[in-house]
Amino acid sequence: MTTWTPNRSPVAAPHVHGRANVPQVMRTVLLALLPATATGVWLFGWPALNTVLLAIAGCVAAEAAALAIGRRPVGHTLADGSAVVTGLILALCLPPWAPWWLALLGGVFAIVVGKQVFGGLGQNVLNPAMLARVALLVSFPLEMTAWVAPQPLFSAASPGLVEGLAITFGGGPLPDAVSSATALAPLKLGGDFAAGEALLALALGTVPGSLGETSALALLAGGALLVARRIVPWQIPAALLGTLAVLAALFNQIDPAHYPGPLLHLLGGSAMMCAFFIATDPVGAPVTPLGRAIFGAGIGALIYVIRTWGGYPEGVAFAVLLMNAATPLIDRLVRPRRYGRLRTGAPLPLAPKEDGR
Amino acid sequence: MKIFRFRGGIHPEGNKDPTACHPIARLPLPKRLYIPLQQHIGEPAAPEVKVGDHVLKGQRLARHQGSVSAPVHAPTSGTVIAIGDHMAPHPSGLPVQTITLEPDGEERWVETEPAVDPFSLTRAEVAARVRDAGIVGLGGAAFPAAVKLDAGNRHPIDTLIINGGECEPYLTCDDRLMREGAGYVVEGVRLIANGLGAKRTVIAIEDNKPEALEAMRVAAAAHPGISVLRVPSRYPMGSEKQLVTTVTGREIPAGKLSAEIGVSVHNVGTALAVCRAVRFGKPLVSRVVTVGGGAIRNPRNVVVPIGTPAADLVEFCGGFTVTPTRVLMGGPMMGQVLPGLEAPVVKGTSGIIALTAAEAHAASERACLHCGRCVDVCPVGLVPLELAARVRAGRIDDAAELGMGDCLSCGCCAYVCPAHLPLAHLFNYAKGEIAARREAQRKAEETRKLAEARRLRLAAEAAAKAARRPARTTEKAETES
Amino acid sequence: MTMILSVAVVAALGLGLGWLLGLASQWLGATTDPVVERLTEALPGSQCGQCGYPGCGQAAIALSKGEAPVTLCPPGGRVVAEKLAEILGTTFDPGNLPDRGPLLARVRTDYCIGCSRCIKSCPTDAILGATKQLHVVLEEACIGCGACAEVCPTGGIDLEGIPVTLRNWRWHKPGVGHA
Repeated sequence: MTTWTPNRSPVAAPHVHGRANVPQVMRTVLLALLPATATGVWLFGWPALNTVLLAIAGCVAAEAAALAIGRRPVGHTLADGSAVVTGLILALCLPPWAPWWLALLGGVFAIVVGKQVFGGLGQNVLNPAMLARVALLVSFPLEMTAWVAPQPLFSAASPGLVEGLAITFGGGPLPDAVSSATALAPLKLGGDFAAGEALLALALGTVPGSLGETSALALLAGGALLVARRIVPWQIPAALLGTLAVLAALFNQIDPAHYPGPLLHLLGGSAMMCAFFIATDPVGAPVTPLGRAIFGAGIGALIYVIRTWGGYPEGVAFAVLLMNAATPLIDRLVRPRRYGRLRTGAPLPLAPKEDGR
Repeated sequence: MKIFRFRGGIHPEGNKDPTACHPIARLPLPKRLYIPLQQHIGEPAAPEVKVGDHVLKGQRLARHQGSVSAPVHAPTSGTVIAIGDHMAPHPSGLPVQTITLEPDGEERWVETEPAVDPFSLTRAEVAARVRDAGIVGLGGAAFPAAVKLDAGNRHPIDTLIINGGECEPYLTCDDRLMREGAGYVVEGVRLIANGLGAKRTVIAIEDNKPEALEAMRVAAAAHPGISVLRVPSRYPMGSEKQLVTTVTGREIPAGKLSAEIGVSVHNVGTALAVCRAVRFGKPLVSRVVTVGGGAIRNPRNVVVPIGTPAADLVEFCGGFTVTPTRVLMGGPMMGQVLPGLEAPVVKGTSGIIALTAAEAHAASERACLHCGRCVDVCPVGLVPLELAARVRAGRIDDAAELGMGDCLSCGCCAYVCPAHLPLAHLFNYAKGEIAARREAQRKAEETRKLAEARRLRLAAEAAAKAARRPARTTEKAETES
Repeated sequence: MTMILSVAVVAALGLGLGWLLGLASQWLGATTDPVVERLTEALPGSQCGQCGYPGCGQAAIALSKGEAPVTLCPPGGRVVAEKLAEILGTTFDPGNLPDRGPLLARVRTDYCIGCSRCIKSCPTDAILGATKQLHVVLEEACIGCGACAEVCPTGGIDLEGIPVTLRNWRWHKPGVGHA
């Protein structure tokens, strides 16, 4: 008979565990980002792939270095996959033909300043990728807004592999011919927005813009996977997109010539990316259903305000960081009611009994 | 009948099929029985036999003492060979006062007096018989059943709920009991309802036990006051608070008993034991135990005498196929690790579960992602990640303020945590620490009172002395003059 | 002109806000009872003298002056140390405290000569017995201060830890000790 030696140190229940674990969560997020990444690389060619790889490399290298300096287990912690996710999300927010140092610097900044100085995964207040995005945007406004028109891979205008390396590592300014304004530019310039064709282009992503943020459909597909697998709570994307759409529709009703309709706001820019992948980073988001809804709605409203009246064409990064900062407050104020107690924490009163004593 | 939803909860893998499909087997008499004197919540029982005594099956070995307690009876006829310490079925592995019985193999019953018509008994008589039979809650909590019946006499009970939820994975002892002994269970239910004066009775069974539901429906069909309710399979459905909410839509206010809102909850196994005790006058001397888990060769349900060492059960079920990572008493969500196979089955033991490493899905701990899944599943509405952070940092008082004391220890948070944080363990520790502090506080106040009393006494003595001394000197002076 | 105006505005703002703050501190400021009183309250009050001061009141005064560490009270243990640290607004390092848990005095029956000195020394009247008779410690009232053990002429009083039983067993902190 197979024997069993009891464990000397008692372990508390539960003795079984669900299948969820951190590396698996991160793997699912990476899988969900795959459609958007593939679409981005397809649309913007080899330089886009270089940007993705460099940003991830920057994040992983910075994480490994920070862990080694802090004398924490490097291999075990890297295996959680969070650095790769941060790198990929950052890459997808960058201009597709970004110079090599921009991606690398962004990755290092995201991990070191955005995450490790707080104590690593789960300790940071602000979203690391968005912090890096904002830092790069204010430090290198030119490079961060060098948008290119899509040149699908293997099309005539698309740079080859070697040419791509030259674009990424060459450091020269982009030829004027390829640079272009993003789809959200009309928001500021007051052009005519959104014919049916333009909206279709936004959905498919065949417009100039950030590497992985142009195709709303690809992002939606990944986002649907995350919501279905319950990796991200549905309340955040629903509240975010809902608030954004309602505000856009409202102002569009007031003055259609000045304020574009909800579809442009939802499909254009980083809104989709933000709703499913950035705002839903659990580390900086509230933990209760109501808190998440407030958080999502706050980001949606801030995005609309910054896009419409702010100085930047896109407000996603600022909106997320501002709401990240509000998260501890939301978590403090919004708590679930405890069983058998009133919201105040006092025990429920005993109902007077009909057949009382 | 309307079913209400309780907050949170999880759907763990049931793993009930391997044991649910076999009829309950009977364990041959073990060589030795180890009967702990504390198998219930409350005061331990006081032994009434001596070493060397020959006892009959069902004879009382130890009587209850105090208001919350239960007596202990001989599970078979035989000789008392020791009264002393033996390993308690408790994770600490500490010893507990235990009567060791060597069976004579004759299974001779002590003379019992069946009730003529159990339904003609008064409430007090039912409660007395239940107490004398040593019946405790067989769902695992082991709270003396008679105390619950008495509470029903102090508070009017409108609803009796019979807990056939059995929401713990692996466990199927209640399922099999309902399938094979529905008639007796229903009779026990009626006796409890009678004893409580309950207006309506609801037998709640999770929808993953269709055979048990059917059997109980048939058995209860003749009794209009009893309804059999199909409730969704969601852990912790079998927890008293959650079950009360599911059936009645009411919440038990914090710090109150279910009886105070007119509800009483008893387990199906308890109902069967009540039937035996009241109708046949037989005390609680055996129970059905699920022997299961991936490491057991022939998992099944077994009727065992109380006091049987876990090793005998494991052996009867074919032993281990592989070395288990953990052997548990009770289910894997709220059960406790067994300190050793020599620990005996007690009244509250619903299962002996030997888990393999593959079943446990154990993984190393990682950083908390703040994902809030623990908040989503907490049936109480706590924020486990916040509590855990405070307990880790030693801020027990803060954790208490955030509702640590309301935690059920159901383990839902730890089950879903992707970072594999030992949340339930931290909370067990915190609750123990809170209890220890309360105890220290009480003792400090007591000390202060004692010290104050002493100070007053010393002052009074000194004053008395001072008052006497001048008196004495004047006396002296007077006599001299 | 602009400069003077800005300076004036800032100065006015500063004054106004400062005045508001001052008012707020008067109206909303917590009325704290004197520290010594609260410290005395937090101490066991058994005047056992284990801390080296004649009584709890003197210990509280020393604490308030910063002359004594918050871990000075052995019978109080960690709970009292934490409370003292809270009152004084200092941090408390449990590492400084010898972690021996509460103790109980026990009279060795074969050593006791019934001199009753321990009875007189006990700050909580926890020892029973009369002269020339065996003395017994009441576990409920004993605070484990050790005053009795010091005065016992035969060394017949031991301080022992409270044994762990099923009733007082507690879960250990995960990841700490018990490895």
